[in-house]
Amino acid sequence: MTTPDPQLSRESRSGVRRTVWRSVAALVGMFAFAFALVPLYDVFCQVTGLNGKVSNSAQAVMHDGVDQSRLVTVQFITRSGSGLHWQLGVETRQVRVHPGQPTEVGFTFDNQGSEASWGRAVPSVSPSQASQHLRKISCFCFDEQRLAAGERREIPLVFQLSRDLPSDVNTVTLVYTLYPVEGREASQQANTRSLQGEEA
Amino acid sequence: MATNPAPKPVPQHASTAAGGLAEAHPERPSGLLRWLLTTNHKEIGTLYLIFSLTMFFIGGVFAMVVRAELFQPGLQLVQPEFFNQMTTMHGLIMVFGAVMPAFVGLANWMVPLQIGAPDMALPRLNNFSFWLLPVAFTLLLSTLLMPGGGPNFGWTFYAPLSTTYAPPSTTFFILSLHIAGISSILGAINIIATILNLRAPGMRMMDMPLFVWTWLITAFLLIAVMPVLAGVVTMMLMDINFGTSFFNAAGGGDPVLFQHLFWFFGHPEVYIMILPAFGIVSAIIPTFARKRLFGYASMVYATAAIAILSFLVWAHHMFVVGLPLVAELFFMYCTMLIAVPTGVKVFNWITTLFRGSISFEPPMLFALAFVVLFTIGGFSGLMLAIAPADFQYHDTYFVVAHFHYVLVPGAVFAIMAGVYYWLPKWTGHYPHERLAQWHFWLSVVGVNLTFFPMHFSGLAGMPRRIPDYALQFADFNLVSSLGAFLFGASQLLFVAVVVLCVRGGRQAPAQAWEHAEDLEWSVPSPAPLHTFETPPTFERPAH
Repeated sequence: MTTPDPQLSRESRSGVRRTVWRSVAALVGMFAFAFALVPLYDVFCQVTGLNGKVSNSAQAVMHDGVDQSRLVTVQFITRSGSGLHWQLGVETRQVRVHPGQPTEVGFTFDNQGSEASWGRAVPSVSPSQASQHLRKISCFCFDEQRLAAGERREIPLVFQLSRDLPSDVNTVTLVYTLYPVEGREASQQANTRSLQGEEA
Repeated sequence: MATNPAPKPVPQHASTAAGGLAEAHPERPSGLLRWLLTTNHKEIGTLYLIFSLTMFFIGGVFAMVVRAELFQPGLQLVQPEFFNQMTTMHGLIMVFGAVMPAFVGLANWMVPLQIGAPDMALPRLNNFSFWLLPVAFTLLLSTLLMPGGGPNFGWTFYAPLSTTYAPPSTTFFILSLHIAGISSILGAINIIATILNLRAPGMRMMDMPLFVWTWLITAFLLIAVMPVLAGVVTMMLMDINFGTSFFNAAGGGDPVLFQHLFWFFGHPEVYIMILPAFGIVSAIIPTFARKRLFGYASMVYATAAIAILSFLVWAHHMFVVGLPLVAELFFMYCTMLIAVPTGVKVFNWITTLFRGSISFEPPMLFALAFVVLFTIGGFSGLMLAIAPADFQYHDTYFVVAHFHYVLVPGAVFAIMAGVYYWLPKWTGHYPHERLAQWHFWLSVVGVNLTFFPMHFSGLAGMPRRIPDYALQFADFNLVSSLGAFLFGASQLLFVAVVVLCVRGGRQAPAQAWEHAEDLEWSVPSPAPLHTFETPPTFERPAH
């Protein structure tokens, strides 16, 4: 298909061939680049905390004291849907905490469906510049949950706002969205992704 | 050449496949096979243009359905689900089926003629890239008849609308975009290979007509971004059918990633649709102002600058997804920077007109309307570039007004200007002057009636992509719909002019327009099937 017009001189024929191969190389490169952007974007968001993405693994408590001079409001929003008949409740919609102070909040998972199912709560933090300063010491969002039909389970979230939280941030909103996990394949995939998150 | 047929080492199968090499193979297939097997750049150019015109009318009918539904508030004609399919298909067909193939068709016809080449560098590949298009768009249009309907998620097909919530026909939509994308890529390779290797002896890069220059840069843009589009739709395909989670938050993916990838393709794509238009207008204005183009070199550099900047502005389509402040500022300033090279171009066109002896033949009318109306679209683009203002304008009819001003009286008018300009070269006849004038004036009035009120309804808060709207927008929409019907109907005049011009009319000489200087005007009108078989010697015009 890349044979140039046989009428052309040998010189321009080899020129055409060279141009074509360079173009094809550029094409393949750009196609690969599009796929490379997926992990690059993930890493970029983890590093900068853009898009409200938070670390998917447990972080240690920081013992550098509590900033008593500041109070920050932390709000919790829970959403369910996507075909999962679960309800995610939280004991309080809003807490006021000092940066540096570890806080525990109880969440309730409630399977209202008639079958046992696997689910996963995916977190998102807003505003996004706060996402790197919200440290989760223990969270149900690190793992998938399995609830039997009608089962109700209370799982706490332990978090801490780091002391270097930007001073213009007075409210941090933490959103949990419940998603179904379909079969073991999907769950394995989610596990590997969270492991990758740990490395980054 | 034909006198020495004996030692030509032509492969055996080529004698049927390469029907365009007429002097070596006098038994050219006739009828349908002639068009199916042609490798002649002029015939393929004609095929592209006819295909594009057909798609222009199909996409136009979809637009008429949309405007008829929006004629008054409430739901009258179609259901919301079908309305969404109409807006989506209108956008997809016009972008990928009408505007892009029209420019490729013009390039096929004119690039070899303007650089003194005998044909495109890869004639058989050229045939293949054209015939992919009818396949792609038959497939795309057939989704409208499938259970669940065709694509209904807007031409930008944002995930998860186009993955989790998409109709079952989406896989066919993805396939058709793949095929159309391959066609564009092959066309781009062919154009680059032709321009870089087949110029007439003595023609340097900086001697090339601007249409050739703008197409060269467009072809590089195509090679850079069409693979990204292919990558995005492949990821969608895998999300839908193979259980991956590129854009699915449940599996660790990110829907916002889709928008980044899409607009990394999408913003250069909008320049792909306008740069060749700049080239056409830069050929027409000097001809009918009877002056040399002012600032040739700055035109070339401005085109290249726009192309490079187009890779740095994609997130201005996404100001409301929650970008950090630094990113909003970066994309806002980069976007505004594009106004500088674009301003250079508009300045050069106006300076070319200054003290020219201007005449107002149909190509010139369309080119002048292009300069004025494209600039209006450019200014509303600058308004949208202001991030805080965009929070208000985002996804309103103001955006619809903006991109229709740059695409309809921008790209489409430039294509029509080019068709009127080169029709004497293609057919040997001048287009019917009176009818063409009617076509122009009705189009200008129709376009402005349609799209100018959209600025106001958008600023007043009317959202895009809705089949019904609040009562206060009723008057603006009534005017828009009437304008759209006028514009749509007047395009039938365009078909009439083209058909009449093919069949007869006033004879055109080789140099059909008084001051037309480029190489294409040195071959007879109509241009014979084979031109420049011995390369012309290019003479640099004296300054």
